[in-house]
Amino acid sequence: MALLEVDNLQTHFRTPGGINRAVDGVSFHVDEGETLAIVGESGCGKSVTSMSLMRLIPEPPGRIAGSIRFAGKDLLNLSDREMRAIRGNDISMIFQEPMTSLNPVLTVGRQIRETLMIHQGLDKQAAETHAIEMLTLVGIPEPKRRVREYPHQLSGGMRQRVMIAIALACNPKLLIADEPTTALDVTIQAQILKLMLDLKRRVGAAIILITHDLGVVAEIAERVMVMYAGRKVEEAPVAELFRSPRHPYTQGLLGAVPRLGSSLTGTARRLAEIPGQVPDLRKPISGCVFAGRCALATDLCRQYAPGLEEKGPRHIAACHYAAKGAVAA
Amino acid sequence: MLSFILRRIVATLPVMAIVALFVFSLLYIAPGDPAVVIAGDQASPEDVERIRQSLGLDRPFLIQFGGWVWRILHGDLGTSIFTNLPVSAMIGQRLGPTLSLMIVTLLLTIAVAVPLGVVAAWKAGSLIDRVIMGFAVFGFSLPVFVVGYMLAYIFALELEWLPVQGYTPLSSGFWPWLENLILPAIALGCVYIALVARITRAAMLEVLQQDYIRTAKAKGLGQGGILFIHALKNAAVPIVTVIGIGIALLIGGAVVTESVFAIPGLGRLTIDAILRRDYPVIQGIVLLFSFVYVLVNLMIDVIYTLVDPRIRY
Repeated sequence: MALLEVDNLQTHFRTPGGINRAVDGVSFHVDEGETLAIVGESGCGKSVTSMSLMRLIPEPPGRIAGSIRFAGKDLLNLSDREMRAIRGNDISMIFQEPMTSLNPVLTVGRQIRETLMIHQGLDKQAAETHAIEMLTLVGIPEPKRRVREYPHQLSGGMRQRVMIAIALACNPKLLIADEPTTALDVTIQAQILKLMLDLKRRVGAAIILITHDLGVVAEIAERVMVMYAGRKVEEAPVAELFRSPRHPYTQGLLGAVPRLGSSLTGTARRLAEIPGQVPDLRKPISGCVFAGRCALATDLCRQYAPGLEEKGPRHIAACHYAAKGAVAA
Repeated sequence: MLSFILRRIVATLPVMAIVALFVFSLLYIAPGDPAVVIAGDQASPEDVERIRQSLGLDRPFLIQFGGWVWRILHGDLGTSIFTNLPVSAMIGQRLGPTLSLMIVTLLLTIAVAVPLGVVAAWKAGSLIDRVIMGFAVFGFSLPVFVVGYMLAYIFALELEWLPVQGYTPLSSGFWPWLENLILPAIALGCVYIALVARITRAAMLEVLQQDYIRTAKAKGLGQGGILFIHALKNAAVPIVTVIGIGIALLIGGAVVTESVFAIPGLGRLTIDAILRRDYPVIQGIVLLFSFVYVLVNLMIDVIYTLVDPRIRY
């Protein structure tokens, strides 16, 4: 059953240079307990999408349109008060920058307590006890001491654990993780991912994982949505997408991942890159958004935007030549 | 923390020594022979010589300075040339009104300026922001005595809500004490409120851009909690700094304010002493104000450690 259904989400920003269509007509859904990865390069609108779900886009200059149905309610129709009751409670978020996402002048304990006191109506004492439990749960040693410490006394990995503790304190139904491991050391990345998966199983939360790291996607996601220039260009179950990517952009992304040890096995190739740059989102784009960088693009692509079409089992892509592309790969 | 405060007190000693040297030199920097200055216009040469000897002015400068410092350390600020009363007693008499005025002004400023600055930053670019900042510029550009006379005219003479002038000690009751201080505190606080509101707005604007504010929103916190707890505590260091620096502003402004509202405080004493060339009194007051200022700076440093756990000495 769908927990979250996003329909034709459009998040536009007014800028001096025109309207920036950061997210332009994106639809997707997340089932209960499911892990959906949203991938794409910087500026493709994946973070704006996640911020729109929480309605954390400053309006103005931003404007969110479309519909975001969460557990039967359209979040875009809720009052600020009703929306606050959902943030941090039913939907919570982990950010990319653990070093700057925690308040430097408040204790770790206070920052966990807060969300419990707002949403669960716990008193300070009960919230403190629960905060210590949460720190234990996310694997922070000596939680009784740490709860009284400030963020600058913790390492980056520890801080991200604290962020996870805050996000999961109220047993959310949906956890949005915006590049949760990007700023961390590789060894810590694996620990944090494992922790997120463990906790997801325990709490039963659905996860939207926003990342440009395809290794992470393969590791924990069940379904993948690929975004480019503010639109969804492909969506498929993770194994299907890695086996037969249909959109040339997705193929490019997969080709740009270095394979460890490939030089030893003699299968080393030059690391493929996607030439060109993301189009200017302030100018209207006619035709396929990827046409300007696509090796397969024809006049058809430059004139008519392809719609999302079924290309395989639960697999959709927006490309006039997707079937051909799959064969070519 | 205690060792930090002790170290800071030790560190202020050289500052106080330099201030003391400067204050002591006042008598010598002033035009003319100090003895002649002290003796006054009608003194005979014998009088001048007697004063010179009794004050030890014929001895070397450093020895005089040493003796002066030694007496100050024993609580003896000298004797007024004009009233013949001990300077410390004269200052003691006048300390209450000035201290009252400063404390009321300080509290008024914090209570008004900080919320105004916070709201202006929150609604940055809006009409409210522009109105608040407009008032800040206005408050900044009006001299204390203009505001003072205007307030006295409107609220005391026309509306008769508050007394025109004067001072009632706190021992006669809280309201009689406060009602005499409201108008002077507003007059004196105008510039100060404008300054603190502007700095609060600037500091808050920067803090509100930070990632942890987004985290606080994502946690479902209300606007009040975000602004006054998550943001304000982070913006506190520059705000506390400017409040502290502003106390110097208050010391200067108090002199004028006390004259406008006929408050028998140190400001009036300062003016009287300067007009009478009562050097021991001037020295005593300047020394006291410097000491207060050094003390305020020490307090600011201590407050830093309370609002920002990353600051440790």
